[in-house]
Amino acid sequence: MNDMTPVKATTPKDWETDQEVRWCPGCGDYAILKAVQRTMPEIGGTPENTVFISGIGCSSRFPYYMETYGFHTIHGRAPAVATGVKLANPDLDVWIITGDGDALSIGGNHTMHLLRRNLDCQIMLFNNEIYGLTKGQYSPTSRVGTNSPSTPYGSVDRPATPCAFALGSGARFVARGFDVSKNLPDVLKAAHAHRGAAFIEIFQNCIVYNKDVFEDFAAPKGADGHQLWLRNGEPMLFGSEKSGGTKGIALDNVGLTLKVVDVVDGDWQSAGVIVHDVTNRSLAHMLVEMPFGEFPMALGVLYDDPRPTFNDAVIAQNESASAGKAPDLGKLLAKGQTWTVAEGHPET
Amino acid sequence: MRPAYPPIVFLTLQCAANGIRRKGNKVAIKDGLKRMATAFKDEQTSGHTPVHSEAVVVRFAGDSGDGMQLTGGQFTLSSALAGNDFATFPDFPAEIRAPIGTLFGVSAFQINFGSSAIDTAGDQPDVLIAMNPAALKTNVGSLREGGLIIADTGEFNQRNLDKAKYTTNPFEDGSLAKWQVLAFDISALTLEAVKPFGMGNKDALRCKNMWTLGLALWMFDRERQPIIDWLNAKFAKNQVLADANIAALNAGHAYGETAELAGPLKQYHVDAAPAPAGLYRTVTGAESISYGLVAGAQLAGLKMFFGGYPITPASAILHHLSRLKEYGITTFQAEDEIAAICSAIGASYAGQLGVTSSSGPGIALKGEAMGLAIMTELPLVIVNSQRGGPSTGLPTKTEQSDLYQAVYGRNGDAPMPVIAARSPVDCFDCAVEAVRIAVEYMTPVMLLTDGYIANAAEPWLVPDLEEYTPFPVEFLESVPEDGFKPYSRDHKLKRPWVKPGTPGLLHRIGGIEKEVDTGHINYAPANHQAMTDIRSAKVNGIADSIPDQIVEQGAAGAKLAVVGWGSTYGPIKQAVRRKRAEGVDVAHVHIRHIWPMPKNMAELLKSFDKIIVPEMNTGQLKTILRDQFLVDAQPVNKVSGQPFTIAEIEAAIGSAL
Repeated sequence: MNDMTPVKATTPKDWETDQEVRWCPGCGDYAILKAVQRTMPEIGGTPENTVFISGIGCSSRFPYYMETYGFHTIHGRAPAVATGVKLANPDLDVWIITGDGDALSIGGNHTMHLLRRNLDCQIMLFNNEIYGLTKGQYSPTSRVGTNSPSTPYGSVDRPATPCAFALGSGARFVARGFDVSKNLPDVLKAAHAHRGAAFIEIFQNCIVYNKDVFEDFAAPKGADGHQLWLRNGEPMLFGSEKSGGTKGIALDNVGLTLKVVDVVDGDWQSAGVIVHDVTNRSLAHMLVEMPFGEFPMALGVLYDDPRPTFNDAVIAQNESASAGKAPDLGKLLAKGQTWTVAEGHPET
Repeated sequence: MRPAYPPIVFLTLQCAANGIRRKGNKVAIKDGLKRMATAFKDEQTSGHTPVHSEAVVVRFAGDSGDGMQLTGGQFTLSSALAGNDFATFPDFPAEIRAPIGTLFGVSAFQINFGSSAIDTAGDQPDVLIAMNPAALKTNVGSLREGGLIIADTGEFNQRNLDKAKYTTNPFEDGSLAKWQVLAFDISALTLEAVKPFGMGNKDALRCKNMWTLGLALWMFDRERQPIIDWLNAKFAKNQVLADANIAALNAGHAYGETAELAGPLKQYHVDAAPAPAGLYRTVTGAESISYGLVAGAQLAGLKMFFGGYPITPASAILHHLSRLKEYGITTFQAEDEIAAICSAIGASYAGQLGVTSSSGPGIALKGEAMGLAIMTELPLVIVNSQRGGPSTGLPTKTEQSDLYQAVYGRNGDAPMPVIAARSPVDCFDCAVEAVRIAVEYMTPVMLLTDGYIANAAEPWLVPDLEEYTPFPVEFLESVPEDGFKPYSRDHKLKRPWVKPGTPGLLHRIGGIEKEVDTGHINYAPANHQAMTDIRSAKVNGIADSIPDQIVEQGAAGAKLAVVGWGSTYGPIKQAVRRKRAEGVDVAHVHIRHIWPMPKNMAELLKSFDKIIVPEMNTGQLKTILRDQFLVDAQPVNKVSGQPFTIAEIEAAIGSAL
């Protein structure tokens, strides 16, 4: 941890455990696992200094398959456990694995406070819009009308938007990806490079209970017209001749909303296409709320503007409050208004 | 029981109260006085010295905004400096500032101080200081017959009488006939005393509590200087306030001295209590627990992580520890009770001593996470400062009704050690013991105290830390010869503690059932049986490391045993002492290690003809004793939010025999 031995480069194989993976065949989790195992060597991670902490649900089995330290905790509480781990040993690289039910239903409170405090860690929220491990009930991200064992006539409540929740909670890094996307490792790398709480929503295909629910934008066919991959400093462009022309995202100055504009001959400037600025929080608010259908799905790093982390602040305060004080419990106990009973008088 | 000669007491402050009799020209008024109280039984001296008493119980009662807790706290300090033994009972409403003058807004502080061993805050006050009609009404019933009421008539106006639901003025309707009454306008006297400081009426009246304290200091022959020093320090930034309060204190004191009324007010002196030699201080249970946790962490060689969430009456532990960062303590005020315990579990996983603390409702929320700590076999200390329940219950009142929750209150077969502190001072050793068990057995431990212990103060012979045997933790740092298995066991069935960050020992843990030795996920029937048996055997094995149960008074084989746990210690001890003095064959057994119990417990309990179990619940330890030992333990229960009185236990002993 603190020694100066040069770190031996790892390969994806080094991050695999000998445990039999127990997800359903075809589950999107496999692709995410591979993406993470590919990412770890590239970020120069060391298995012994890496901890994966999860809650409960299909996604939360993840730590068993990573050759690192791992803690499969209880439903919704991974952020709280992670907070203790990171404060006790800030040198550890902490990754939280959670799902839509785990992070936004039973654990919504902890997710909110972890983001608000800005604990230095990565939060990977696998969003499959369903409770898989309990056999298919609708989740807090399920769309209105979702038929499930607990909503046989369709769900009636409105879904939460994970990235909007994160941003509203004070997150300083918000990103999106999806399970089989080749760009997922890049998103993970950016999240890891961000010092502070990095929130990544990963759309994940539950092939048993909510199959292909993201197909509208995740399917390779027509992807370039449905996916807006955000890159800092680059114009927000998507689409091609094949998908009916290049388009861009511009600001509707009257309604103060985003709008889709046509880009002719590559002249995005005159079309008013916005150049992505990951530090622009107002823009981030609009991107996380941008409805798919009318707009493409915003993917990649939506927002990235670090500020001091909780763990750094706690440790700095521990140090400043301790500075110049010699801890002596004996003296502490004998402090204050005391009195002495001398030897040589009768005891009770 | 007074010693033949007064013990020699030196004070570290410039206050040498003991042995110095006030040599003033006071005249003890003998005639016209009813006998005060049985506790005031000693020499009724005439002439110029105060009346000597063995023990006195005083209760300060007023509106929650009247500063009664502060007054009581300072009077406690003065008792300590006078070398008295004492016990206190702060009793206050859950509302921070209840509407002024209401019955439910009354805040009281009782202290029992004496020249011999004091173990309870006293059954019945000898003196009641009532700052308003509501305080009189709610407290006078417990005053000893013949006891003294000191009341501020300035507050006994029609409006306040109405609020206290008095239809007639109690000073005029004869309803206080069985007590002595000293009623005068403390409000007016206070206003007069602080007049030179030009304060508004409202602020001036805030000094009433110091006026009253001044009178109490005179009554019990105490020095004013420590309180004056305290006031100067407290109001260092506002000298006018300091001076006004000091003036009020002095005026109250002078009132006693000069008025020397031809009435019930007179001066008493309580000698210093005999005590082992050494350095003393006062300590509350919350302080004692906090220091004990720090000591425990030091003995284990660990840094401490404390995850807490504000809850009455447990918050004081979080407050104390938050100021002790230089001892390697990180405190974390979590978003809820669940996060508080989960963060502590995370810290333990990362190699620190995880500690969390709460009271009943919060402990209930932590239940699932306790199961996680049991399953992952990580050390953790959970402090439960019990209060009246169920649900929100009585947040500021004491009860012992979380014993079932502590021993049985989790899903699955989830054995967890439970220990209970008996007094504020005992909290220190119990906290050290909780840490020892947690790290020596890799297990969560619940430490039970209650609202009474948490808030009450008593004198504390400051412990010599050198006398505590360290129990340093050894983390596993390299692969053992026979390979690394996260759930391998030593002879105590403890699994190794590995800090993340250690090369070569990567592993995963979690709440899912694990395979014996390897810790891999395993649902196989035989494996679950084996792991359940191991978890149970490990916790039962803790009995090998704890001392045999002792008998506090009396001996094995007595006709009757009074078996208690926790804060009933004081009243049981005194009741058994009195009954034994009458020749009754009764023994006192007080259990610290509730789960597992000491190994001699079965044999000991079976030696008694009868067993009664006084508890501030409906019979929880009684049930556990019956369950564990098949003994005919009989319940003695009280759930009024108030501690047992000695008389109640005496009566229970009487009717059991």
